[in-house]
This record gives sequence, structure tokens and C-alpha cells, in this order.
Amino acid sequence: MPKNVAITGNGAMAEAMRQINPDVVAAFPITPSTQVIEDFAKFVNDGKVDTELITVESEHSAMSACIGASAAGGRVMTATSSNGMALMWEMLYIAASMRQPVLMTLVNRAMSAPINIHCDHGDSMGARDAGWIQIYAENHQEAYDNMIMAPVIGENMDVRLPVMVCMDGFLISHSVETMQIEDDQQVSEFVGEKVPLNSLFDTDKPVSWGALDLQDYYIEHRRGQLEAMYKAKSVIEDVSKRFAEQFGRKYDLFESYRLEDAERVIVAINSVAGELKEVVDELREQGEKVGLLKIRVFRPFPYEDISKALEGCKIVTVMDRSTSMGAYGPLFGEISNALYNLEDRPLLYNRTYGLGGREMLLDDLKDVFQESKDYLNNGKVEKIFDFLKVRGA
Amino acid sequence: MSFTKSSVLKDQATHYCPGCGHGIAHRIVAEVIEELDIREKVIATAPVGCAVLLYDYFNCDIIECAHGRSPAAATAIKRVRPENIVFTYQGDGDLAAIGMAETIHTANRGENITVIFINNAIYGMTGGQMAPTTLIGQKSTTSPAGRDANNEGPPIRICELLSSLDGVTYLERVSVSSAKDVIRAKKAVKKAFTNQIEGKGYSLVEILSMCPTDWKLSPKHSVDFVNKEMKEAFPLGVFKDLTSS
Repeated sequence: MPKNVAITGNGAMAEAMRQINPDVVAAFPITPSTQVIEDFAKFVNDGKVDTELITVESEHSAMSACIGASAAGGRVMTATSSNGMALMWEMLYIAASMRQPVLMTLVNRAMSAPINIHCDHGDSMGARDAGWIQIYAENHQEAYDNMIMAPVIGENMDVRLPVMVCMDGFLISHSVETMQIEDDQQVSEFVGEKVPLNSLFDTDKPVSWGALDLQDYYIEHRRGQLEAMYKAKSVIEDVSKRFAEQFGRKYDLFESYRLEDAERVIVAINSVAGELKEVVDELREQGEKVGLLKIRVFRPFPYEDISKALEGCKIVTVMDRSTSMGAYGPLFGEISNALYNLEDRPLLYNRTYGLGGREMLLDDLKDVFQESKDYLNNGKVEKIFDFLKVRGA
Repeated sequence: MSFTKSSVLKDQATHYCPGCGHGIAHRIVAEVIEELDIREKVIATAPVGCAVLLYDYFNCDIIECAHGRSPAAATAIKRVRPENIVFTYQGDGDLAAIGMAETIHTANRGENITVIFINNAIYGMTGGQMAPTTLIGQKSTTSPAGRDANNEGPPIRICELLSSLDGVTYLERVSVSSAKDVIRAKKAVKKAFTNQIEGKGYSLVEILSMCPTDWKLSPKHSVDFVNKEMKEAFPLGVFKDLTSS
């Protein structure tokens, strides 16, 4: 039976892992993702899963173990944050290019230095080119739902790519919210069994993984990997549709919130979207035509769909919770790409917020909409790029 | 005779839990630095772990290192500024897990630095997960039924492990679980710093230390745990001393 529970974001991800019942989990603790593996270790101890839990000595070894177990045909999961994922960097690329559908809970946390344990998206945005499918979540329910869908997406034979399910550190990982945990059996059936592909266990058909590949074929393999990422888009749509049919919650590649006739739109990722919805509702009651586009799938990035969704609006504010030093924000870059070919392009600008956990309150977000109103009234954007709530600006 | 706080320690309220051994270890290191009159020359590396806020306590130059990378950073600092006194302060996760490669290679090169290694048999800051030094049968959040040597391997004994390396000058394991142990620990730490001052090479002092919070024991029982359980798995003593011959 599905049940409504009050649970932390990390607890919800551990529940998803229990229901998925992976063959192998390899992990190393790092705040704020540690509790995912702690809770899962209890499930292993209590015999609620059939998983081999490997408590390795570092994240680099964690991802290496995941790749090995996946190449051997297993369904494999891990959880990490920030510097922990950064230590996996080399292996992130290898997991993706070896086409191993490893599943990761990434609890977003700011990168060092200075050392900081709170939320921003610098970790996952830095890894956006590593070849992982990246799915983001506004809240506990979405994070859990995304994780239930992750194996079905990543292990699809047209895809075979690792999947990173991202949620905000502390804001979601450590806060308690009421959400629905679905029935174990139903989740198990939805997720299905992983079909091994060129498994190292198949001794009748010996294979080599990750062999030397120089000028002769490397570029073709990269091109093939990209093809899988393109195909992932429709697979994500199909799996999300199936998920909605079975569990009733509907997800698209991104969420359009009161966008239909919106003139001023904010594009954002993760938990701030929850606050933005409240601000949009309030401003709508005052007759202002505002809306929100919340990114769910960042890799593969749905350029054309977003371009269609934003066509007709007059000004777009892209809110990035990370910086690409020396460039505009990573989300802003993608939205610019998506909008460039529109005949009637909206005004567009970028605001960076929330680095290292700096909070954004409802009034702060109202200020963002006020600025877009001023820009629209003046017919021009004064500052394309700026920080919000920062000293010395 | 009255007790005074070392001038090497700042006036900072502690963030360590009641009964934790870090406070004693900090005091020992600070007193040694003061007695050797080297504070102006000391550069420390802060680890990732409970001692991550080392710079809040020690009144000397400190660099925060990525998890486990202190020995590499300390190597570089010492080579660039050989006239300075460089020490790393690391826990079992930092030194013996994620940073094991740096630990071994720094020791093997015989870098003229001092390593203070706090072994409390658990990952403290992240909330009590199994460490490489966790005892067989010891419960942690990632080994809820107790560490099983068949699955997680036996605990790693760092002093014994490093004692086979020719580059190492001095290795001693001490404890802070009794007054007598604290006196012995201070002597070892002083020797480790003196070795560096005299250019004698790599010195590591492993300090068995209490973690009541993550062991889920009272401070008193934590002391008992060190004295009865940890000292059995990690015998105290000098494991290598090239300066004594």
C-alpha cells in the first residue's frame, strides 16, 4: 500500500533505494548526503534488501566500484555531494562513456574553497558535461519520484547512461515534509529487472570494457554516446508518462507554471521553485502576468521544448544557483541557446543567487520580479548579469 | 602552581562534544609549540573531520586542505619554507581512508614534517560511520551489526603499517585516556616536533582518542573503551625511532 509519511529528503531517497533493491551500493560519507547511505545501511543490516554495501575509502573508489559492479551486470547506486562528487570526477566520465547506468543521489552542496556545507548547484553544474543524465527536484516527492524513474531511464537499451538525481542540500535533504511512498511491489514492478549488456559475468561471451581507443574510433564512440543522450529525452518522456499512469504524478522535461499568457518569466532549478510558485500566485492575484519555468531535466537539455514554452513572453530572468567563473551562469547559457532562434525573442538576463546556502526569501523573489517589470517598462535590460543578495555589489 | 591555558590556543569556546579527546590533543600540541618557542614559525594544515575548525583554536598560520590531502600540502609548504615548522593534524578518515595514498608516500619520502594523527575509530564529523580503524564488532551507522572482518576487513594499524617504510624517522602510538597517558602523549608530540626542528625527518604520533557522541557512550565509558578495547587492538608504544640509536 502507498503510504503518506513525514520524512527527510535523504530518508526519501533511502526509501527509493530500498524499493529499487540494487545489487551493489558503494559510497563514502559526505555532508549533506551521508544520511542516505546510513539509512540504507540499516536496510542492508535488517535484511530488507539484497544489496552488497561496500563502505569504500573515498568517493573515487566509490564510483570505481560502481562502474565495476555495473560492468559485471549489476544494478548499482551511490550517493554523494559537492567535493565528494568532485573526487569522482575522473570516474564520472568513465561511467558515462562506458555506458554504465549507475544511479546517483546528488545532494547539492557548494564546492570548496572556502569550505561550506550548504546548498548551491556548483557541484552538479560543474559535472554537466560528464555525460550523466541530470534530473532535478523541487521537493521530497519529486526527488523520490525521479529516483524511482532513474533506473528505467538509464537502463533503457537505447540509453544505457548513468543518471544523477539532484536535490538541494539541507533545504530538502534535511527538512521533513509529508510525501507519498509508493507500494513496494508496485515500485518493484515499475522498476523491473536490469537487463545486463555485455556483462563481465557472461563467460561465454568475453568482453573488454574501456579499451584503448585513439584516433581510430574515439570520436565515433563519443558521437554514439551523444546519440544515447539525445534518445534519453524521449525515453524520459515515456517513462514519466508511464509513471503518471501508475502513480498519478505527472512530470514533463520541465514544469510550466502559469506560463500560458505570462509576460515576465523566471527560469529556475530545484527548491527555490517552490517559493517562486507562491510569489507567482500572489502577483497573479494582483493582475501581473508572471510565470515560472522550472527545469527538471538539465541533461539532455530540451532546447526546442523550452523555446516553444517561452515563445511569446516578453522578458525572461534566469536564476542560476552556481557560477561559471568568467562566464554567465550555466542555466542562462542554455536558455540563451534555446531562445536565440526565435523570431521574436524576449528580453533576457541572468541573476546568480544562493551560493553557499545564502537564503532567498519571498520578498527577495518579489524584488526579482519587480526588476523585470522595470526592465520591461524601460524596454531594455540594464545589467545582463548580476548577483542577488551579495555584499559589495 | 596553577593551570594556565597555552598562549598558542585562542580564547575560543570549544565546538567539540563533552568527553571528546580533541581538546586534550589540541592542548598538548599547543603546549609543545609554546615550550619549544616556535609559534611564529609554525604552519599547520587543517583536515576535513571534526578538527576542520583547527584555525579557530590555534594561533598560528593554517591552511585548510581538501579531505586527506594534508600530507601533500604539508610537503609542499615545508619544501618551499624549510625554516618553518609544519604539522598536519588529521583524523582516521582523513589520514587512513581518503588520504591514505598521501600518507604513505609522504612518509616514504621521509618529508621533514610532523603528523598528529587522531584515531578515534570512527568518522566523527559526518556522524559515526565506520572508519578504517573501527574495531571488529564495533557498531557504526554504516556497520549497524558491528564491523565484520570478512566484509570490511580488519582495522588498519597505521604505525605498524608505516614502520616498514625506510623513509620514516619516528612513529609512536599514545593515548589521551588517562593522566599518565596524557603525559606520555605530550612527550611523544614534543619529540615529533623536535625531530623536525633538528631536521631528522618524518615523525607521526598516533593518539587514541575518545568519541563519546558517536560511540554512544558516556565520557567515562568512552575512556574505558579506549583503555580496554582500543589499546588491545592498537597497542601503545614506539614503532620506529631512528633517533634513538
